[in-house]
Amino acid sequence: PPAHSHSDWIGPPDRHSNLRPVIFYVPPEESALERRLREARQEAQASNQRFWARHNRAFRQEKEEFIYSRLKAKGLEMRDESGHKATLNAEEMADFYKDFLRKNLKKHLQYNRDWYKHNFRITFLMGQVALVRALRWLRWRKKNVEQ
Amino acid sequence: MSAARRCCPPRALAGLFVWRLRNTGVPQIPCRFVHLYHVANNRLITFQYFNFLKRMYVTQCNKDLSQQAKPKSDSIVSPFHELQQLDQEKKVVHKISPISPVHQSGSEASSRNELREMKSAAETEDSVIPVGAESKEDRQWKEMKLRLDDLPGILARLSKIKLTALVVSTTSAGFAMAPVPFELTCFLLASLGTGLASCAANSINQFFEVPFDSNMNRTKNRPLVRGQISPLLAVCFAASCGIPGIAVLTLGVNPLTGALGAFNIFLYTCCYTPLKRMSIANTWVGAVVGAIPPMMGWTAATGSLDAGALLLGGILYSWQFPHFNALSWGLREDYSRGGYCMMSVTHPGLCRRVALRHCLALIGLSVVAPVLDITTWTFPIISLPINLYISYLGFRFYRDADRSSSRKLFFCSLWHLPMLLLVMFTCKKAALEKEDKGDLPGGSHETAMEIRLP
Repeated sequence: PPAHSHSDWIGPPDRHSNLRPVIFYVPPEESALERRLREARQEAQASNQRFWARHNRAFRQEKEEFIYSRLKAKGLEMRDESGHKATLNAEEMADFYKDFLRKNLKKHLQYNRDWYKHNFRITFLMGQVALVRALRWLRWRKKNVEQ
Repeated sequence: MSAARRCCPPRALAGLFVWRLRNTGVPQIPCRFVHLYHVANNRLITFQYFNFLKRMYVTQCNKDLSQQAKPKSDSIVSPFHELQQLDQEKKVVHKISPISPVHQSGSEASSRNELREMKSAAETEDSVIPVGAESKEDRQWKEMKLRLDDLPGILARLSKIKLTALVVSTTSAGFAMAPVPFELTCFLLASLGTGLASCAANSINQFFEVPFDSNMNRTKNRPLVRGQISPLLAVCFAASCGIPGIAVLTLGVNPLTGALGAFNIFLYTCCYTPLKRMSIANTWVGAVVGAIPPMMGWTAATGSLDAGALLLGGILYSWQFPHFNALSWGLREDYSRGGYCMMSVTHPGLCRRVALRHCLALIGLSVVAPVLDITTWTFPIISLPINLYISYLGFRFYRDADRSSSRKLFFCSLWHLPMLLLVMFTCKKAALEKEDKGDLPGGSHETAMEIRLP
């Protein structure tokens, strides 16, 4: 993002976590409230990134292992004669999906709680910042009108 | 020639234009520019129109084949179509960008006008291209600043406006089926209130689901995921839709409808959305969410929850299962990775059984309709073919449990519901008949009373 910009910038989805990273703009006269908001957003972003990158990596890895073990059980190789990657059909993959979901359910429940907490806190702080800014602007307007 | 060499190979055609331009000299430039502009514009218009038509087709497809209140009822048609559009739009984007610098090299007023028109044409093209297909721009860093001209589009996507339109149409179906004379203002107020309530509920749903949506292919282009709008604005928008919506329903229609609307918002945002990640019971809750709008239409017309309202709600409740279970069959990988507890992933047998069960229930409910005096007896007879067909597809899905049978069932459900509601409306028992039936005993009572009174 350009150096003169006064707003946040959001980027393309991350390769591992599929989340879009945000670069936050730090205004020179950042109030304590605004700083708390920015830090909350940064913390949420980092936590989300960690979770999803790890989770997606685990998914891909376990999927590969599953395909490999199933193919081996069937007596096939990972790549067939034409060099294409051998895949299992949807029904066989369904067993893997069911298993993966069941194994990760608790992890997801914990993540859900954290995500909702982050989300509410960030939105509430955003509301507070917006309110303060609006009041400040109204006070400035009043001062201008009086002058 | 140097200009042509500067452009990269796929843009050689545009480069050729540049070369011809440079060689023809100043006096002829306006003609060339005009020529270039027209050619490019034609192509642009053709592409734009074509893409717009394609997009219209998808939208039309979705609208005719109504999808109901469940958020996941976004059709899988759209991603496939958008993938096809991707290639065409990439080509268009490539063609537009080399042409603009050519215009910039000219310094006449006419060329500047054309440049402006070109740019605006490019911009409108950008806005016509569905957001999901902007793969080139997707890879870039974007400023998180809200642009006012983008706002309507963003809010439309935030509120899932197409889904909202379908929810409103089921509400109107409920209103139309109610055995009372048709009141236009009531109808419009009910539709407006339901639409606003649905917008609010959808916005809150998207607000809750940002990281999950980013990880699923179907939903990764939503406004909050792409940072086009801040969560605070999403919540404010939801509040500014929901509160007036419920107010319109409570004050403009009747309190019962307002209460149902508020309950539905609560059910969708606070029960269904979190439940999606906790247990498979979310499907049943979601089916209730889908069943409430027609009941709201009925109560808007009559002011009470009669058996008719419950029947309509029941029909939509049963319809949700074949629709959603068939859809979710193809999304098992995304659901598993995203952590959504869906029957198709955890209990596939139950998934198919439930879908079949509810297809058959639709037949049963169609028979109950004339018993409750809502429609004539022609309704179960006329609707039998479509109900049997969807039950047959449900049975095939149950037995085969593969992608093709699930897709067939899903697409059938998309046209089955509007047809069923249409047939129901045409078989609606005319209010006049009922009045006649009611008049005779009432009349005799009245005359009896008159005789007794004096």
